[in-house]
Amino acid sequence: MSAISPNVRLPRLDVTGRVAFHRVLLSEWTKLRSVRSTKWSLGAGFLLTIAFPVIFAFATRSHWGSMSPSDRAGRHPLDIALAGVNVAQLAIAVLGVLLISAEYSTGSIRSTFTAVPKRLPVLWAKLLDYAVVSFALVLPAVLVSFFATQAILTSIPQLQISFSQPGVARAVICGAVYVMLVGIFALAIGAIVRNTAGGIAAFAAIFFVLPPLMFTLPTSWNNAISQYLPSEAGRQIFALDHAPHTLTPLTGGLVFAAYCGAAILIAAVLLVLRDV
Amino acid sequence: MIEARGLTKDYGKKRAVDGLSFTVQPGVVTGFLGPNGSGKSTTMRLILGLDAPTDGDVTVNGRHYREHAAPLHEVGALLEARSVHTGRSAYNHLFALAQTHGIPKRRVLELIDLVGLHEVARKRSGQFSLGMGQRLGIAQALLGDPKTVMLDEPGNGLDPEGIHWVRNLLKGLAAEGRTVFVSSHLMSEMALTADHLIVIGRGKLIADTSVDDFVSRASQKVVVVRSPELERLRTELRGPGITFADAERGALEVHGLTAEQVGDAAAGAGITLHELTPQQASLEEAFMNLTQDELEFAAEIEEAAA
Repeated sequence: MSAISPNVRLPRLDVTGRVAFHRVLLSEWTKLRSVRSTKWSLGAGFLLTIAFPVIFAFATRSHWGSMSPSDRAGRHPLDIALAGVNVAQLAIAVLGVLLISAEYSTGSIRSTFTAVPKRLPVLWAKLLDYAVVSFALVLPAVLVSFFATQAILTSIPQLQISFSQPGVARAVICGAVYVMLVGIFALAIGAIVRNTAGGIAAFAAIFFVLPPLMFTLPTSWNNAISQYLPSEAGRQIFALDHAPHTLTPLTGGLVFAAYCGAAILIAAVLLVLRDV
Repeated sequence: MIEARGLTKDYGKKRAVDGLSFTVQPGVVTGFLGPNGSGKSTTMRLILGLDAPTDGDVTVNGRHYREHAAPLHEVGALLEARSVHTGRSAYNHLFALAQTHGIPKRRVLELIDLVGLHEVARKRSGQFSLGMGQRLGIAQALLGDPKTVMLDEPGNGLDPEGIHWVRNLLKGLAAEGRTVFVSSHLMSEMALTADHLIVIGRGKLIADTSVDDFVSRASQKVVVVRSPELERLRTELRGPGITFADAERGALEVHGLTAEQVGDAAAGAGITLHELTPQQASLEEAFMNLTQDELEFAAEIEEAAA
């Protein structure tokens, strides 16, 4: 550490600007890229999206000869290509929660809201920055994963699927859209809960605990309710086949987007009303 | 200029700030003084709009903080509680804040140099010592070249050189016509820095006065006398509300009378005096005297509740 400058006069600032949304967007981008957890989480999200399907594809190829016809029928090339999405969503969700909860745990939220006291632009900027980053990261990953798994599975004609076949391109691209929406949902949860452990627990409860819990309900109830859970509705956008008791890709996507919208709305109202 | 009117803040059942009204004027250093837990930090959070008041109102440079289009040019604040992400470097922390107002990179570097942090500016701020954290907070407060500077306990963790530096900086900022509002629980620090004082205790305003007035108002009448006939003098001076204490080197401390009153009484009784010195309470004592009542009152309530 160097000595304090003996010159104690504060130099004047010759430019004066005002808070504007594009500036808050840049500021949040600086914050996003300048902590280690971002690199780790995004790196993990990217690698898992590719590595998981590749391993899955190799395992399928090596066991294909010994698999029963029903097992073979249960394997779908798109399921293999997008197997990483289910895993990557966790890394993206954790970072989504952290992007806002860490501001509260470290106290940097006080600096943030002193610079942008209207507060809401900060939430919009975080959401937009993170949506762009997570989509831009996962989209190439699912594309790589699709073509890599198809290349690994060339020896198995039953598991070949063309990118131009109806619904395939939509499903692959929407795999990235789904992960992006999960990130947005998690960020909103983080803004509501304002605590890292609590935010991640809340996300895990909604995405990983609630769905299996539905199986304790009578089957008819489960069939009626489960399809409207955020995770179940959301995953339809990257499903190729429309299974019974599931929503269509469009309806599922809209339902999941509505959940995200509701979470963002609650987060926004609380952000304005609560003390920091 | 900071103007508070009837500012009140409750946290649950606890009233942290209780009907505070004061004005912080530009051009002077105003000390914000009170014991720990008296509501100084809460008041500052209310000024910055981080917390919403339960009642009353506070404006900075004529507006609510939240309504300013460029708040960093209006108010620069150092908060007592940590307000930096521990995983982010000092440079990136300041740069992200600067970006919200379109303040250029070179301004960030200029301030990092000003507070002497350039060798550690790229390190994660979680590794900073308390003093380095304080310097970063001061750089943050000055980033926007603000009209009003508000610092909560800036001396915390600084070495004597750093404290001296802050003192000169604050005086310089006030001399440039800025509003400077500095909190402290240490009277001695304020005595050297501040021109004006706002004193609070348990969330209530106790004094809003110049430093000089504060001392004379809070000073009790205390006179030190030395005399070969101390016992006779003691008998002469005895009266309601007057007490005595033994002082150094055989002198007597008389509480409750002015030097004039003691001198006249001695002359009337023909008693020789070797010394007659009016005692001015130090700022620390003045502060203790003023806040004592508040603290005693609090202790009684707590006892009654227990």
